[in-house]
Amino acid sequence: MKSQVLRNNAWLLAFAAVAALPLVLPNDYYLTVLIVGGLYTILSIGLNLLMGYAGQASLGHAAFYGLSAYTTGILAVTYQWPVWAGILAGLALSSLVSYLIAVPTLKLRGNYLAMGTLGFGVIVFIVLNEATSVTGGPSGFTGIPKLSIGGKEFSSDLEYYYVVWAAVLLLFALSRNLVRSRMGRALRAIHTSETAASALGVDTQRYKIFVFVLSAFYAAVAGVLYAHYVTFVSPGTFGFPTSILLVTMVVLGGMASLWGAVLGALFLTLLPEWLRAIEHFDILVYGAILVLCMMFLPGGLAEGAQKAWDASLSLFRKKGAAAEEGGGQ
Amino acid sequence: MPTASALLQYVISGATVGSTYGLAALGFTVIYNTAGIINFAQGEFVMLGGMLAVFALRWGGVPLPLAVPLAVLAVTVVGIMVNRVTIRPVRGRSPLTLIIITIGVSILLRGGAMLIFGKDTFALPAFSGGGPIQVGGAALLPQSLWVFGITLLTVLGMKFFFEHTLTGKAMLACSSDRKAASLMGIHVDFMVTLSFAFSAFVGAVGGVILAPITLTAYDAGILLGLKGFAACILGGLGNPFGAVIGGILLGILESLGAGFISSGYKDAVAFIIMLGLLFWRPSGLFGGSQAERV
Repeated sequence: MKSQVLRNNAWLLAFAAVAALPLVLPNDYYLTVLIVGGLYTILSIGLNLLMGYAGQASLGHAAFYGLSAYTTGILAVTYQWPVWAGILAGLALSSLVSYLIAVPTLKLRGNYLAMGTLGFGVIVFIVLNEATSVTGGPSGFTGIPKLSIGGKEFSSDLEYYYVVWAAVLLLFALSRNLVRSRMGRALRAIHTSETAASALGVDTQRYKIFVFVLSAFYAAVAGVLYAHYVTFVSPGTFGFPTSILLVTMVVLGGMASLWGAVLGALFLTLLPEWLRAIEHFDILVYGAILVLCMMFLPGGLAEGAQKAWDASLSLFRKKGAAAEEGGGQ
Repeated sequence: MPTASALLQYVISGATVGSTYGLAALGFTVIYNTAGIINFAQGEFVMLGGMLAVFALRWGGVPLPLAVPLAVLAVTVVGIMVNRVTIRPVRGRSPLTLIIITIGVSILLRGGAMLIFGKDTFALPAFSGGGPIQVGGAALLPQSLWVFGITLLTVLGMKFFFEHTLTGKAMLACSSDRKAASLMGIHVDFMVTLSFAFSAFVGAVGGVILAPITLTAYDAGILLGLKGFAACILGGLGNPFGAVIGGILLGILESLGAGFISSGYKDAVAFIIMLGLLFWRPSGLFGGSQAERV
């Protein structure tokens, strides 16, 4: 009973820790890293809904991230739109485009969504590079205003840290409710067997389209937050390697586990920071960690953490039981 | 209006590059058929083919006619090792896990190449000397002839292997049903190893024949791999000969797009075609009707 309460409210504890974290950080640099980590967490929670729960992969998710970042940036700078309007337009555009891709590819059984998104991602990357008059081309698009809501500008890193992690909290709670709802059960049924699910009356195509658009929407949220934080966007941030990084975060963290998505995103954001000490070799270590984790930790970091937790718990219990026995004699 | 000779020129140079896309696509197909996964390290096999040949020549002082087969052989061994060390110990896992492993392997191979060879761009000398040959007003590089000849030989060799040898037929059997194949006494693990060897081999061949024309660098494999994958879809995923034709077709369309529309968007052509196919003809041009609509 007690552990049930703990488990159900563990996420509240974790987010309390997130709120307190800036107070103990040694310097502001870590704050920047954690803001980026928060953006990746949003991206990977969204992608995990699609991959982990609906069993469909997107290999071009960075495109939705980039599309909304560029949209809000261009509208704010070139067309002088207010920031909130640009943000809404960015979110709407990414969601709409994802819908247009989802409808034809999800009609097919198999991993056609993965191929469609792969192609789409590369095309978006090329357009961002080539449409220089609109996007600024390879050198990027500068001068995007900081985020401001109702006259309040979030210009300091600390303020932005809280904005980003508030968004993480909100989207995490939304996803948590979603996967526990009728919808979540339907998605898992689709993952297990699409035929069985549809035989039981699940409208598989509609659910798959919905969850894909939702995951693109999450990516779009991360995109607008990115644009108004860094105030500069360039195509390199939104290319195929980023899409692969996102998939890796999901799988490494643990499929069909929201906590896994958080762990995966934070681990892979922090890893390059730690590996900076061994420059040049960092890419080898990065690749090796990826391969080894996938080989020996198939349930991802979430499963690993769970196992470690259970093991330490049972060790603790054994010790406790032994102490009790000793006391009784 | 474009002249006939300009058109011919684009077709020739497109088909040359397209041959490499086709060979990369062939590699994807062979592994997909036997192991059921998309090998994202395929582009790295192509890159390694060109890079190793360059370095055997420059550092090892190996003459070109020997450096080329040596490089291809070395990449084949790399392909076998990749399967032996990273895929085989965890066979039976979900395809997605195995695919992520191949992504990790591609990062390792690319990183290793960067550390050993550096970030510069390298050129391999053409396989034979002589100036371009004039054909109907278009210039045909002697290296293009090498490319077409070697690609044709590779494809014919493969056709023979799959249709006339017992091992080849056993590999085909794995692609239609792995479990049934295993029940018939086919050593499926060995077939998977063989498919990795095969696909590394054709990938490296594609890389080494193209290196004198387009130059090569440690990160050349990313785009080559992606285009090989697009070629696969064009030919119908799982159809080896469709893959090769798909690659050549893709190369030609790309080259025409660069010539007549915009060279900046050249690399997008492959993916626009791929998207169009997925939307309207998902089984590819030669794929029959295996894509199932729901």
